[in-house]
Amino acid sequence: MGMTIAEKILARASGRERVAAGDLVTVKVDTVVLFDNNFMPSIWQEVLKLEHPERVVVIMDHRVPAPTIQSAGAHRTARRFVEKFGIARFHDVGATQGICHQVVADQGYALPGTVLVCSDSHTCSAGAFNCIARGVGGPDVMYAATKGETWFRVGATVRYELTGALRNGVTAKDVFLHIAGSYGEHATQNIEFGGPALAGLSISARKTLATMGAELSCEFATFEADTALADYLRTCGKSEIAAVHPDADADYFGVRTIDLDTLEPLVALPDSVLGNSRPISEVAGTRIDQAFIGSCANGTLDDLELAARVLSGRKVSSKTRLIVTPASQQVYLHALRSGVIAKLAEAGAVITNPTCGACGGGHMGVLGPDEVCITASTRNFKGRMGDPSARIYMASPATVAASAVTGVITHPGKFLN
Amino acid sequence: MKFTARVWKFPDNINTDLILPNRAFYLTPEEQVKFVFSANRPGWVDLVQPGDILIGGRNFGMGSSRPAARSLRNLKLGCLVAESINGLFFRNSVNFGFPALECRGIEAAFEEGEVAEVSFDDYTVRNQRSGAVLTAEPLPETLKRLMQAGGLFPLLEAEGYLAAKAV
Repeated sequence: MGMTIAEKILARASGRERVAAGDLVTVKVDTVVLFDNNFMPSIWQEVLKLEHPERVVVIMDHRVPAPTIQSAGAHRTARRFVEKFGIARFHDVGATQGICHQVVADQGYALPGTVLVCSDSHTCSAGAFNCIARGVGGPDVMYAATKGETWFRVGATVRYELTGALRNGVTAKDVFLHIAGSYGEHATQNIEFGGPALAGLSISARKTLATMGAELSCEFATFEADTALADYLRTCGKSEIAAVHPDADADYFGVRTIDLDTLEPLVALPDSVLGNSRPISEVAGTRIDQAFIGSCANGTLDDLELAARVLSGRKVSSKTRLIVTPASQQVYLHALRSGVIAKLAEAGAVITNPTCGACGGGHMGVLGPDEVCITASTRNFKGRMGDPSARIYMASPATVAASAVTGVITHPGKFLN
Repeated sequence: MKFTARVWKFPDNINTDLILPNRAFYLTPEEQVKFVFSANRPGWVDLVQPGDILIGGRNFGMGSSRPAARSLRNLKLGCLVAESINGLFFRNSVNFGFPALECRGIEAAFEEGEVAEVSFDDYTVRNQRSGAVLTAEPLPETLKRLMQAGGLFPLLEAEGYLAAKAV
């Protein structure tokens, strides 16, 4: 039996001929990403030794610019750490700031065939780049940062074979909502995305899907490599890449084909994304107080452009508020130069600086008691974005933008014709 | 390593936002425990006793990487036994020294308030009332030792990578 993409990368990184589901492997880590939460006083312990500072990247993202004294303290600790160990790849508040997973994408830090870890659960985002990446939590990220290695339990792999093409107004987020609604959690499993439809999915769309792998509880979410990926990485200055392809006789737990042509916009009802997706018609008309577009899943240039198409020449309802948070300063600048930001602002959207912001309920759009939100971000858990009595629906940026215009949950179709 | 105590039951897909909500982020680890399950089960932290055992459904601890396992440890719970444990939460359980096991059939085998005997030596879970004995998934030996030794931070301190800090 051959190996899947994840198995091949795990085998290489652990110095083995082959690995199979059930193995526990110790792997060399190529890239370790630290972010501001890792430096918070409640978790930080001063680092005395770092085996491979060149493998470490530090990115300020969850709470930037600092909304509290504690955050400011964490940022200060991070800057001292960077200086102490001479970390070259540091993205402080400023020109190259952004949500760490978007900055990894912007800078080409995740390369095919490599292993990338970060404490944050959405680290699987980098799987769009044909590597294996996952969130390992606070202690394990410090272990990987200081010693250069970590462990993984090898899981079985589910392959999603994508065919066809997304229809107008249907996005990668809807593909995720379809998978979460139809198949539920993928705990202990790797997800592998491939198939002929890949050519029609932008790098941003792939990143949305890979990021949302965290919400399926998978071990790794990894995309096949293609020329679009190689072209993208070349724009990041990475011309020599070693793509990893699955063996023709790879041993999959299952192969599931999704015809993208058949998908429609979906929405996840509040509190969970697993088995909770519904056609928009089921909740259309539900009044909303806040609409949010942002996060490592949906703060990409594609997402902002799509929202601008919906909002162009229209206004956000006076009954609601729309908050848009570009995922990185690079995304922000592109959107600014192309006029996308102007369209959003003219429609009445509030554009915040790049940060995790409202997605985690940290700042920049926290929900009050009994408020209703529709969000294009990563999670709709109870209490996630603010008060526990708030209700959070999750949908694509197109659906969120359309809902912001009407003030109630709305199908985006007629706004995109 | 053995635990004998009454059990508290929680459903499938318990997420870490419920264990450690964002509004507790800036507090000390000791203060954070007051917010455990405050959104889905207000008042529970006042009922739970040191040593009590959590029983979970599938995919316990899904979601964010925040140190939710540390809050359960700091609440002085004995251990967690769940149908399945989210991969990231499991790492944090090992790394913060909070004993956790996966055991198929655990949900059906217990009513809340019954007493469980959980052994990390032979990986059995016994219901004292019914006498039913279930077999849990054994832990890899290296991870079990790490869990028992209090997790990764004490190890990294002992090896000279991190400065000591009481948590």
